[in-house]
This record gives sequence, C-alpha cells and structure tokens, in this order.
Amino acid sequence: MNTRLVSIIRKEFIQISRDPRTLILVLIIPVMQLFLLGYAATNDVRNVPLAVFDQDRGASARALLDAFRAADYFRLAYDVDSEADLRELIDRGLARAGLIIPAAYSQQLTSGESTSVAFILDGSDPTVAATALSAAQLIGQSLATDLMTERLERRGASLRLQLPLEVRTQVWYNPDLEQAYFMVPGVIGMILFALTSILTATAIVRERERGTIEQLIVTPIRSWELVVGKLLPYVVLALLNTIEVLVIGAWWFGVPVRGNIGLILGVSAIFLMSSLGIGLLASTIANTQQEAMLSVWMLLLPSLFLSGFFFPLEAMPLVLQWISYAMPLRYYLVIIRSLMLKGVGLQAIQGDVIALALFGVAIMGAAAARFRKRLD
Amino acid sequence: MNALIDAQNLHKAFGSVQAVRGVSLTVRAGEAYGLVGPDGAGKTTTMRLLVGALRADQGQIQVGGFTLGRETEQARAHIGYLAQRFSLYGDLSVAENLTFFGSIRGLRGPALAGRAATLLKFVGLHGFEARRADQLSGGMKQKLGLACALIHEPKILLLDEPTGGVDPVTRQDFWQLLIRVLAEGTAVIVSTPYMDEAARCTRLGFMYQGRVLVEGAPRELTASMQGRVLELAAHPKDAARAVTAADPAVEDVLTFGDRFHVRVRETAGPLARLPAALAQAGVNVERLRAIPPSLEDVFISLLAAQTTPAQA
Ligand SMILES: Nc1ncnc2c1ncn2[C@@H]1O[C@H](COP(=O)(O)OP(=O)(O)O)[C@@H](O)[C@H]1O
Ligand SMILES: [Mg+2]
Repeated sequence: MNTRLVSIIRKEFIQISRDPRTLILVLIIPVMQLFLLGYAATNDVRNVPLAVFDQDRGASARALLDAFRAADYFRLAYDVDSEADLRELIDRGLARAGLIIPAAYSQQLTSGESTSVAFILDGSDPTVAATALSAAQLIGQSLATDLMTERLERRGASLRLQLPLEVRTQVWYNPDLEQAYFMVPGVIGMILFALTSILTATAIVRERERGTIEQLIVTPIRSWELVVGKLLPYVVLALLNTIEVLVIGAWWFGVPVRGNIGLILGVSAIFLMSSLGIGLLASTIANTQQEAMLSVWMLLLPSLFLSGFFFPLEAMPLVLQWISYAMPLRYYLVIIRSLMLKGVGLQAIQGDVIALALFGVAIMGAAAARFRKRLD
Repeated sequence: MNALIDAQNLHKAFGSVQAVRGVSLTVRAGEAYGLVGPDGAGKTTTMRLLVGALRADQGQIQVGGFTLGRETEQARAHIGYLAQRFSLYGDLSVAENLTFFGSIRGLRGPALAGRAATLLKFVGLHGFEARRADQLSGGMKQKLGLACALIHEPKILLLDEPTGGVDPVTRQDFWQLLIRVLAEGTAVIVSTPYMDEAARCTRLGFMYQGRVLVEGAPRELTASMQGRVLELAAHPKDAARAVTAADPAVEDVLTFGDRFHVRVRETAGPLARLPAALAQAGVNVERLRAIPPSLEDVFISLLAAQTTPAQA
C-alpha cells in the first residue's frame, strides 16, 4: 500500500468528520434540495383558487360548479356577489381565476337555448394560466357534451353520442406525469456536479488559505498522490449522496429506479471526473475558499440552465440547445433520467456515456496539468 | 566535510518586486546558519526557494547532495521545515499531526509510534497528545511544528522565525532543543529578528533588500566594528543627541533603550572632546565609554551605509 496516499486520505476523512460546515453540506443539503425541488419548484398545477360570481344559483349552475370542484385543478375559494368583488380578489392575487355565471343560465339551458359563462384568468404566471385554461376548457366541453346527449335523448334519440374520432393516449414511464420523476434524477445530477466540485475546490484551497500547503509541499508526496488523496474522499461522499437521493426519491416521492444500480453508480463515477476536474481547476485559480466557491458557481450556473435541469432541452431555442452539448451535466441528465425511469441498458446510452468520459478526461487532464506542488 | 545546503546566485521576483537578488550560501552538518534582516528582506523567500516551495528564477540549489528541480523529492526526504506562518492542521490533534507527517514521510507502525513519543517528550508536549493543534499556545504550536519537522530525522532543518511571537522563556527552551539537534550533526538554517538568537548561530547572513550584505561568524562580524562604538547615558536627551552628533568623529547616534550608542570613526577624539562639550550645553552625563559592539550595532551601521548613498 502507498502510505503517503493512505495517510492523506485518512487525514481528509478526519477533517471532514470534524468540520460541521462540510458535514451539513454533505448530509443535509442534498435532502433539502430534493424536497425543495420535488415540491416547491414543481410545475404541477393543482388547487388554483377560484372566485365564483353565481348570479343564477339554479340546479344547472350547481352542476357546473360540481364539475369544477371534481377536477382537482381548482379550489372554489370565494363566492362573491358582484363583478367588482371578483375583480378585487384577482387584483390582490387571492384568487387566480374567476367564473361568472349569468342570471339566466339555468333557465336558458332548460329551455334548450345556448348560453355562456365567463372564465377569467390571471395570466401573470403563464405555466399556471396555461394549465388552468385548458382545464377550464376541458371541464366546459365535457359538460357541454353531456348536456347535448341529454337533450338528444329527451327528444327520443336514445343512441349514445359517439364522437367520430378519439385519440387514445398512453403516457409511458411516468403515467401520472409526476413532476418529481423529472426533478429527482436532476437533483442527483446537480448534487454530483455542484457539491463535489465545490467541496473539492474548497478542500484544496483551504490548505492554501490556512498555510498548511506549505508544510505539505515540503514532504516528498507526489503531485498525483496529493490530488488523488484529496479527491478520493469526496468521490466516496458523492456516491453515498447519490444512493441517499435515490433512496429518498424512491421511498418518499415514489420515483422508480428501473435501471441497474451498479450501472447508475458507474456512470455517476464517470460523470464525477468532470465535476472533480472543475473543482480542481477552480482550486488552481482561487486563493481563498470564497474565490473558489465563486468560480465554481460561475461555471455551474450556466450548466444548470443549459443542461435541461430546470427546463427541458427541447423547449430551449436551437442555439442554446447547441451550447448545451458543451455541458457535461447535459449528458449525465439524459443518462440518469433514462436509467432511472426507462430502465434502459448501457447500449441505449452509450453515446452519452462516451461524451461524458471524454469531457471528464479533458477537464481532469487540464486541471492536473495546471496543478503544481508549489506556492508560485 | 561536504555542504548539506549549497545555493548559488539565487534570484526570485514576484512581478516587479525583486524579493531575492543573488543570494549564495552554504551550510554544513552541525552548523546553524542564521538569516537576519528586517521585514521584507527576503528571508522567507530564500527559505522557500531552498525547500523547493518556490521555483528560483535563476540559480542552483543542492540539498543533501540532490539538485532541486531535477531531484526535488529526493532532496525533500532529507528536509525538515518549519514555516513562518503556522502550517500544521489546527483541526487535528497533536498526535494526529505528528502521525500524519510521519506517515506521509513513509514511517509506520511501531517505528512511527516510537518516534512520535520520543519527539513529544523531546519538545515537552507529552500529555498534550489529544489537544487540538489550534488550541495550543503560540510556543507550544512552534514546538509541535519542530516535532513535525523532525519526525523523519532530517539531515537538514530550516526554521523560519521559529520563535516569532513566543515568550522569552519558551524561546530559551526552543534554543536548548535546537542545540541538541545541532549536536546530532543536523545542518540548520534559522531566520530570526532577535539579536540574542542571532548571536547563538555558527554563522550569520545579514539580508537586506534581497541581498546578503555580510556573512560571517558573530564574533567576526562584531570584530569589524571593534573600537567604533561608544555608549552614552545623559540628560536631557535631545540636547545630548544634538551635541554628540555635531562631533566631527561621530558617524551617527542611535537610541538603545534609555541610552545612546554612538558610532564613531575612532574613540580617542570623541572621548576627549565630548564631556566638555556636553557639560557646556548643560547636559548631565551619567556614563560615556567605549563598548564592545553588539550585532545590532553592526547591522545598523550596515543599513546606514546602504541607505546613505541613496539619500545623498
Ligand atoms: N508570494 C508573494 N507574492 C508577492 N510578493 C511577495 C511574495 N512573497 C514575498 N513577497 C515580497 O518579497 C519581499 C520579501 O519578502 P519575504 O521573503 O517574506 O521577507 P522576510 O521573510 O525577510 O520578511 C517582500 O517585499 C514581500 O512583499
Ligand atoms: Mg519572513
């Protein structure tokens, strides 16, 4: 065994175990990220507060409201007596949508006439608005179809109304369209990327900041032993984090892990070369832990936005999609989502794995070439 | 005997700052070479060049027979170094620091444990094994630093202001330790701002603005100023200084605590003229006599010689 390497790894673990900041970063942050992004940043639209101005109060109006109530997109939060009240609720953001039922609603329907209701929507959050809009339209259409069938039946046409075309939908991999299925693999990618690069950069810069590097330089430890010895503990931590997030993702959010765990960890290890390399690179540039943190973040932020972490790659402008090919995180996110949700084998992802490996070798190589066992 | 440290014509610049400008020095086994000089003279930079922590812009360094740059790691196997700034791990205990630096230098098992125990006793830190290094006093930190620097029994020891910020009693202890290390045949380079410590060295190099201005045994250095220093104790001080400085044989007058050291071209003239001149100016003279020069006198006169031409 290489005593120099072993001693530096042992020292690093002792230091990690005594540093509350690193421990929090390693143990708590991933879980926090997972819950924050699993819940708060979710794009699922449920329970949009709805204000209702019902001027009719008849049986048909009640049926309409029941239909709104049944779809869990809306919460019938306010029952108002004037349009002005409704407007004020929406102005103040208390209600995000309003429904106005005219006074003659029930009567017009029973007499076989056509009628209309007004649906008002706060468009300031387009995601919420778009979902609420299509939900309201669907509720309306489905109710209208029912009413039409009822009328035809009453006229003796006892046939069930049959639409000439039906689109039968099947959603694969994520049948309930749970946002968590998208976010949890993303969080794994982000943690492997952000946490390890920040931790390795600060771990190395800390030696410089505290002056301990000067003592270390004078020992006969080789550069590669110093680098490997400093990085290896964080590889172990990162892989433990991956397992932590996988377990919580599966157990709490019900995100399936359909792929092979060994394959997931193996690909994650390949991806780690990039993030460790970025951390090492930042450590060769920065003189203080703060500088290191900052330079890592400057590299991280574009990655998060341009690699399909927050926004799907397909939804980005073409130019940004091209740029995304320069982000190692992009490949990893594609891989980890496929592995977890689709349970594919290595064959289906080999192109992305090769790209990831090339990035890892290039970044690590550049960082190692810059790393000097010297003060200047 | 061969030199354990042999540095020739070292140069090192940081941008436009010429930190080291043509330093050469050799140190043999059992020798303590003292680097003295004001802050910013280039002592730390010189030491860092000698241990390979910085790369020289110019010049050659051999340490323990190995050429730095080509055989750096082999050379480092023989080097023990105590940096000016505390550079052990504050979050590790005394024992863990020693074990770490021992094992990183290839010691292990009973050999490492034995050596660590011996050193802890040697520097007087036994009983403090479990104390975290950042909770040690300044003097104890330096002793732990010395122990870590000695863990692999190096032939060459470099100490950069090891007694900086340490109380006088601990400074004394520290030098007793150094004397024992020297007796084992180790070559030591030590930088210090204290003249009493400088006087204990085998040889001294006085550094100023990146150069070694003079080099020699403390006795040789003071001998060069023999018969050129007067001690004057007198009141009132301002008048005493003014009258003394006006004497044609006086080069300068420096305050040393509550007295003056007067540097003169020769002692006979001023000793004859000054008592009368001072009395005439109403100065009450307690003492005026020729004294053997201290190292401080030597270095201050050297500095004066350096700065005077620049001012003229
Ligand atoms: N890493 C560095 N970067 C820039 N300048 C430095 C560096 N180290 C030392 N210097 C400069 O070099 C000169 C010599 O410094 P140093 O060797 O620390 O002197 P000393 O140890 O005698 O006080 C000083 O002017 C100092 O500011
Ligand atoms: Mg210094």
